[in-house]
Amino acid sequence: MVSLLWLIPALPLAGFLLLLLLGKRIGEPFAGWIGTAAVAGSFITAVVVFAGLWNEPEHTYSLKLFEWMPAGRFSVDIGFLLDPLSMAMILFITGIAALIHLYSIGYMHGDSRFPRFFTYLNLFVFSMLMLVMGDNLVLTFLGWEGVGACSYFLISFWFEKDANASAGKKAFITNRVGDWGFMVGTFAVFFAFGTVKYVEFLPKASGLAQTTATFIMLMLFIGAMGKSAQIPLFIWLPDAMAGPTPVSALIHAATMVTAGVYLMVRVNPIIAASASWLPWVIAGIGVATAFIAATIAIAQTDIKKVLAYSTVSQLGYMFLAVGVGGYTAAIFHMITHAFFKACMFLGSGSVIHGMNDEQDMRRMGALRKVMPITAITFIIGWLAIAGVPPFSGFWSKDDILAYALHKSVVLYVFGLITALLTAFYMSRQVFMVFFGKANWAESHGAELANKLAHETASTEGDAHADEVVDAHADAHAGQDFHPHESPRTMTIPLIVLAFFAAVAGLLNLPFTENLEFLKRWLEPVVGATQTQLHLSGSQLAIELVTSSVIALLGIAIAYGVYLKHKVDARRIELPLFANGWYIDSTISNFMGGLGRKGFELVAMFDKVVIDGAVNGVARATRGGAMRLRTVQSGYVRWYALMIGVGAVVIVAFVLTQVSFS
Amino acid sequence: MSPNLPLAYLALSAILFAIGGVGLLVRRNPLVMIMCVELMLNAVNLTFVTFGKMLDDISGQVIVFFVMVVAAAEVVIGLALIVAMARRRPDANADDLRLLRG
Repeated sequence: MVSLLWLIPALPLAGFLLLLLLGKRIGEPFAGWIGTAAVAGSFITAVVVFAGLWNEPEHTYSLKLFEWMPAGRFSVDIGFLLDPLSMAMILFITGIAALIHLYSIGYMHGDSRFPRFFTYLNLFVFSMLMLVMGDNLVLTFLGWEGVGACSYFLISFWFEKDANASAGKKAFITNRVGDWGFMVGTFAVFFAFGTVKYVEFLPKASGLAQTTATFIMLMLFIGAMGKSAQIPLFIWLPDAMAGPTPVSALIHAATMVTAGVYLMVRVNPIIAASASWLPWVIAGIGVATAFIAATIAIAQTDIKKVLAYSTVSQLGYMFLAVGVGGYTAAIFHMITHAFFKACMFLGSGSVIHGMNDEQDMRRMGALRKVMPITAITFIIGWLAIAGVPPFSGFWSKDDILAYALHKSVVLYVFGLITALLTAFYMSRQVFMVFFGKANWAESHGAELANKLAHETASTEGDAHADEVVDAHADAHAGQDFHPHESPRTMTIPLIVLAFFAAVAGLLNLPFTENLEFLKRWLEPVVGATQTQLHLSGSQLAIELVTSSVIALLGIAIAYGVYLKHKVDARRIELPLFANGWYIDSTISNFMGGLGRKGFELVAMFDKVVIDGAVNGVARATRGGAMRLRTVQSGYVRWYALMIGVGAVVIVAFVLTQVSFS
Repeated sequence: MSPNLPLAYLALSAILFAIGGVGLLVRRNPLVMIMCVELMLNAVNLTFVTFGKMLDDISGQVIVFFVMVVAAAEVVIGLALIVAMARRRPDANADDLRLLRG
């Protein structure tokens, strides 16, 4: 059964090829159903393979399809490594992807490029599976670049708008910075071990020189920072929300952005062999990202931007977990996060859909009455991410915090503050969207809507202004503006995801060893290097109670500010946060000013020195040849004379060199 | 055999070779040029035979056969070229062929 493994990536690939060739002819909605069926089939195969994997020794199985790049000592296979880690990834990737495909059928209804959307989505799932299943770094890199390309295609899916196209470019270019690190890391691995295959080099990692291991990890970490949106490379993720909402849910929340965490956990023996400051760097960047992104999320007004910064923040938690040696906790949080964040993203998509493409939370409110299913599922996701027991996010976040406390109190305190902020900004979002006053009802009148559209267009220069204009124009050109519940293809995935967001904590409850299923399952991969954590009952109880209190406190503050209006919201939503700590604008200013001069200098060097050398060689060859060709005159007797003269010269030379004594 | 006899043969072959070489360079008629080449080849043959006799080595005479075979092949090609050329332009000489230099 486990040998069916190759079918898992093959199905989405087949779906991609079919839709690529015949997508237009198949059309809506069958193209969507084909894409969904391909991924669902992949998920079912994954479950079957999972069942088969139990019987394999050490729950590990590898399959080599063929040799991809044989080059002397260097050889790369197209081969799959199935172990507990990749199995866990495959299961949640295919499962969530299938649900999001189903959701997209409803969400993308009526889009002129409906089949192409599913083509890209299937290609994405294929690439993501190659990333996690590849048995060597190069194949992982193939998937890594594949998901990056799909991310680019899908962010700028509605490329008619300039802002969407540039958001795609921004994501792509920022990712390239990280990809550079990944590549250098791969080269370094090959130089150090002579192979890039995980099963061959990871066991040898402990024998590595410490500086080499540190260098490799630093480079791979840069790669992970790019893909998983860590400071300072996180700037692309909020802009990536320009893509359709299912894309935000699948690629920019649940799966692709966790690839960096996966990579870190995959190469955990090298982290163990690195200098002791390296885990501190990882944990530090993780917790800083978690904290800063959480503060930015407080002041966002776009429903998707809040979720985007929240994703960055949660990814920071995962890196914190990696840094403090809690690999299980990182994977655990990755899985629960995938459920609740996908659920909320899809929920926000449902809201946007129901509000006729309105994304500004200030114009929402009280939507729970008109969109009950969306509201309930969103609220479950909210409770999960806020860390309210017994929802899944509570357990996974607490797992990370327990490891963080084991390493350092500072990391723990920042983790807790971030947890407070998380609970606060998510509650703010829920209260603004689903509770309170129905602000959309005010903009019912056509004049008001026009005025509003005009206002937004003139005050806000971003992409979103155009959308508002369009939305209102649409809403008032035809019929009255009515928020409505979404079709069933959209609500079923929401319900399933909300269910798992609620109960996924069962995967790894901290009370007894027997309940830690995920930890025991991942034992063969991370067991040797994971920080050993033995909490007494009272320690555990204190930590759990602290986390719950923090979560409830965050919700309570948000309740006071946004529902009871005890404090003016503007005193909390500082401009510093609303502008994302000015990180984006600082980078733009630098690149536009000083950086640009530097790049021009580099371009000059390229033009004069590099191109000059290349063109110079060409010119010299041509000039020389021009002169040389006159020798070939066509006079046969001239050639004969040349031969004769040459012979005489050679003979004369030989005679001077040889003595006949 | 007088000790100077081989030297005479070598001198003769050198003279023949020189005549052939000069003829090749100064004449423009392709037929004559081929004859000059033949003359040079046979001058070389003569030295081979002479040295073979002097050194008591049969291989000097064996090589002559190879040279003759190659010379025959060369003449076949050369004459074919000359015939082809004469058909097209009966008055052409070797220098007119420089149009073929490419």
